[in-house]
Order: sequence, then structure tokens, then C-alpha cells
Amino acid sequence: MAVDAQAPSRGFLGASFRTCPETGLKVCSQAEALIKVNAVVAVVFLAVGGFFGLLVALTRWPAVHLLPADWFYLLLTAHGADVLLFWIVFFEVAVLYFASAIILNCRLAAPKFAWLAFVLMVVGAVLANVAVLQGESSVMFTSYVPMQAAPHFYLGLIVFAVGTLIAVCCFFGTLVIAREERSYEGSVPLVTFGAITAAIIAVFTLASGAIILIPTFLWSIGYISHIDPLMYKIIWWGMGHASQQINVSAQVAIWYAVAAMLLGAKPLSEKVSRMAFLMYILFLQLASAHHLLVEPGVSSEWKIFNTSYALYLAVLGSMIHGMSIPGAMEAAQRRNGFNNGIFEWLRKAPWGNPAFSGTMLSIVIFGFLGGITGVIMGTEQLNLIMHNTLYVPGHFHATVVGGTTLAFMAITYLLVPLIFRKEIMFKKIAQWQPYVFGAGISGISLFMMGAGTLGVARRHWDIGFSDAAMSFDYPATAFLMMGLNGISAICAAVGGLMFVLVVVCSVFFGKARTPESIAASPTLPSTGSAETVTTYGSEAHPKLPGTVVLVAVFFVAFVLYYYVNWKYLSEVWPLS
Amino acid sequence: MSEQGTGSGGAPEERVPAMQRLLDNPFLLLFLGVATPAVLYLLWGVMELSQIPLAPQ
Repeated sequence: MAVDAQAPSRGFLGASFRTCPETGLKVCSQAEALIKVNAVVAVVFLAVGGFFGLLVALTRWPAVHLLPADWFYLLLTAHGADVLLFWIVFFEVAVLYFASAIILNCRLAAPKFAWLAFVLMVVGAVLANVAVLQGESSVMFTSYVPMQAAPHFYLGLIVFAVGTLIAVCCFFGTLVIAREERSYEGSVPLVTFGAITAAIIAVFTLASGAIILIPTFLWSIGYISHIDPLMYKIIWWGMGHASQQINVSAQVAIWYAVAAMLLGAKPLSEKVSRMAFLMYILFLQLASAHHLLVEPGVSSEWKIFNTSYALYLAVLGSMIHGMSIPGAMEAAQRRNGFNNGIFEWLRKAPWGNPAFSGTMLSIVIFGFLGGITGVIMGTEQLNLIMHNTLYVPGHFHATVVGGTTLAFMAITYLLVPLIFRKEIMFKKIAQWQPYVFGAGISGISLFMMGAGTLGVARRHWDIGFSDAAMSFDYPATAFLMMGLNGISAICAAVGGLMFVLVVVCSVFFGKARTPESIAASPTLPSTGSAETVTTYGSEAHPKLPGTVVLVAVFFVAFVLYYYVNWKYLSEVWPLS
Repeated sequence: MSEQGTGSGGAPEERVPAMQRLLDNPFLLLFLGVATPAVLYLLWGVMELSQIPLAPQ
């Protein structure tokens, strides 16, 4: 049924819809509005938090050492909250609404509650920021007790979490509506299944947050006298690390979506990809335990089961996705005629399209830099040589920024023309943006991990120990690494600024998409298809020599780096 | 093994494998996804901490 894009129709229970002229999808107006506001607020927090991050990196650059200590810890706290929590979760809520109401072609459940969720999230995020910027809550994102923040810091996080939980409930409600109204046949599409995975992990995350943050809030206002620091750490990391697993699930769903929309790539096997998501649902959250690998209060059995066994099953899921998505792209490209040699499919991929290049860079940075190092840190013995060093932020800048943020940026280049119905402005800047941001964040990750391997502590204002009673000298290479980290941070900040410039200008000042402009420059190329995103189905028995080579390179890198770290461990732990 | 039964109207009805039924049920997945880490990470961890003896005053 074709409906004019400018003429919304009334559907069940008064929900209004339009039919997207580019994808043919029926778009619920309430879902569309909520996707827009959540995405816009997400980008605001990315801009603010990214700016704070640049100031932090310039302070950790010994030659610049920009901020005094109190401002460093204040802005590090704000940076962590804004980009690790608020940017990511606002965007994830937009992804949940997109993956349910839009992809399943149905109305959004309880839109008034979805708006309430949005308001609560905004109030909570602003409240937490105000608390931090007032200067009495420089407790870092982890806010470990017995450090105490102002009560409205904890209250802001609780209100934000309540809002997010309501949004997740609206997502699950939308799934029920789609099934009741039979807006899809058989199983939900894989992208929606990835979003379900993210939503399930979000429920555990928010429950853990409630269990620990509500008593901590009561402690901050004097109703509770004492909170055990180790108990706090265990439960807080059930929220703190699991919240990053929501990102992983959402970003993988986006990888599948972009591959389908731009190349027409179908999963190599729907069943195998769903099993990989099931591995996430069951085991990914247990990886939180790697933050407690040096704590004496919990047993080795608990540590090893949660990290070395359960974590490896979740990593198996990630490796399945990491092989399946490039494989699906290769199969689609070969079907599209790029069949010469091993890598013609890759060379002739749409590298000038920022949605594609952002997705590919996200896969590579997440897999090679974030994934491999995550396994290293999750190994109890190896964890000893990098625990609480800069290696840890080096790892999660590869996963959360190189992986998740870049994937979110990539799909934004599709959401602006399809959901906001605006032309992308500054196309040349948009083309370069993923490369500039990807290069910067790869540098940040590599140089932080290099410095961490040399023992440089994380969250430390001055690696020169200029005002310490007892002096300590890190190797000169560590200072070089921190300088290179600062340069990489400038590069990433430029990439981030390019993204904000393109998106903000396009959304607020861009030309509206018209049938003529859609015909002249369609968002989805002829090779891509929205139908592939919205239906269940696998690629039929393709041959994938290019993907086999890429996977072999990944495994060689993985094995080599794993043994290099055991070599490092042997050097700090002589047994002879 | 045949995976077909007979529907009420006499038409063949495809039997859905158990694993697919699990994957098609978001609320069962939600239960498993919350219960598994709650038991293996949170409860197990908290039980271990609660068994640490208090330091003498």
C-alpha cells in the first residue's frame, strides 16, 4: 500500500502512520518523533562529553598538563557519565524504538509513557551533570564508596535509570503489539532480535543499578550509616559493565542493519546469528567480574567461572558476529557482481558512504583492538599486569567509542534522511568523518594500552608525580605514549566535531527530502534493501574466500597477542 | 524425522523446533537473561562476601 509521504494516515487506536517513500516501511509518527528527540539529545551529550574528554586527554599529556587536579577529576567524572551513559543510552532508546515500531511496521506501545521516559531521562542526566559541575561529586563514573557524591548525583542517575526502564518496557510492549496485530510473519527480523538482546541486558543493568544506587543515595543523605565497599563494587559493576554490553548488542544489530540496507546482505545463517545473540543474553553480563579479579574477598572459582568460562562463551558470540557480518557483506557483493579474486568485493564496497565506512571501521576497531584486549583482561593471571592501569580505558575506548559510537554515528547517516527526512549537508566532511574519528580513537586506544602495559595508572592527574612525597619515574616511553594519546585525542575530537557539525546542520538547517531529491540521490543504493532488514532469511550457501582470509588474520593476531601477554607476565613474575 | 503435524482444519501444520520457540519468546529470554547473571554473578558473589568474617574490634 503506497501512501504519500506527506500525508500521514490514521491507523489502529488513532496512531498515525506515513509510508516512507524510500524504504516502503510504515512509520509510526509517535515512534518517529521519539526517535528524533532521543537521537538529538544523545548527540548533545556526545558533544558535551566529548569536549570534556578532550580536556582530560590534554591534561594527561605531560607536556600540556592543561587542568589543575580538582578540575581534572571533576571533568573526568562528567566525561564518563556523559559519553559512557547518557549519549549511549539515549541513542540506544532511539534504536529500540526503530527496531520495534519501525522495523516491525506497527504502532509504538504506550507513547505517553515513552514521552514520560524521555522526560525522566533528560531530568536525570541534567541533574547528575549539575551535581558534578557544582564540584562536590568528583567521584568518577564508578563513584566507589566510601567516596561520597552530592545526593542529587545519585538521584539523577536513579531518575535516569527509571526513565530508561520505562522506555525498555515500551519496547517490549511494542513487540507484543506487533505479534498481536500480526505485523510480521514467523520470527522477528534479526535486527529486532539484536535489539531484544540489548533490552534484556538493559533490564539486568537497571535492576543492578537500582539495588546499589538507591541505598547509596540513602547513605548520602544520612539514612544509612555504612555501605560495604566490596559489596558496592560487585553490584555496581552489575550495572557499570553490563551497561556496556547493551552497547555491544545494539551495535551488532546496527552492523547487520547497515550491511542489509546498503549491500542487501542477508545473514549467512539466521539460526547461528541468533544463537550468538543468545550467548550474549546468557553470558555477556557475567564479564562484569573482570573488574574484581584482584579483589581478595571473592573466590577464584567465582572469578574464573564468570570471566574465563562464561566470558569466553560470550566472546564466541562476538566472533560469530564478527565473521558472519563481513561474510554476509562478501556474499552480497559477490551476488552484486564483484566476483573477481579474493578481495574485489571489499575494494569495490561503498567506502565513500560514511554509513558503510563507519560500520566497517567499527567492526575492525571493536574486533581487533577491543575484543582481543577484552579477552586478555578477562584472564585472571594476565589481568594482574594491567589491572587499573591505562590499559583498561584503552580497551573500552576501542569497544565503546571505536565500536559502539562509530556504529551509532554510521547509522545516523541513514537516519537523518530516512527519519528526519533531511538532506545530509557537507557531504565531503561526512565522507571523511568516520576515517578521522576512527584514526583518532584507534590511536587513543593503542597508546593508552601501551602506557598501561608500562604500568601507567588510570585516573591519575600527573604521571610525573611532581608533588608526591616519594618520587617515581615511569619509563620515558610512557611519556611518549601519553603525548601520542593527546595527539590522537585531538584527532578524535576533530572527527567528533565533524559529526556534530554535519548532523546538527543537516537536522536543523538541511533541505527537506523531496521526491525529486530522493530520485536523484537515494539513501539506499540499488544494491541495498530495507526488505532484507525487515524479514527473516539467510544467504544461500555462498563461497567466501575473502572472509576466510580476514578471519585467519584475526585469529593469528589474537593468538600472537595472547602469548605476548603471557611473556610480559613471565617477566614480572619470575619463578626460577 | 518429520516435523509436521495436522492442524485443526486438516492442513499440515509445521512443528516449530524447541530452540526456535525459545528464541521467538522474548519474555522467556528476558527471564533467562536476568536470572542467569543474577544467580551466577550477583547472588554467588554476594554470598561469598557475606561469608567473610568481620575483623575483631
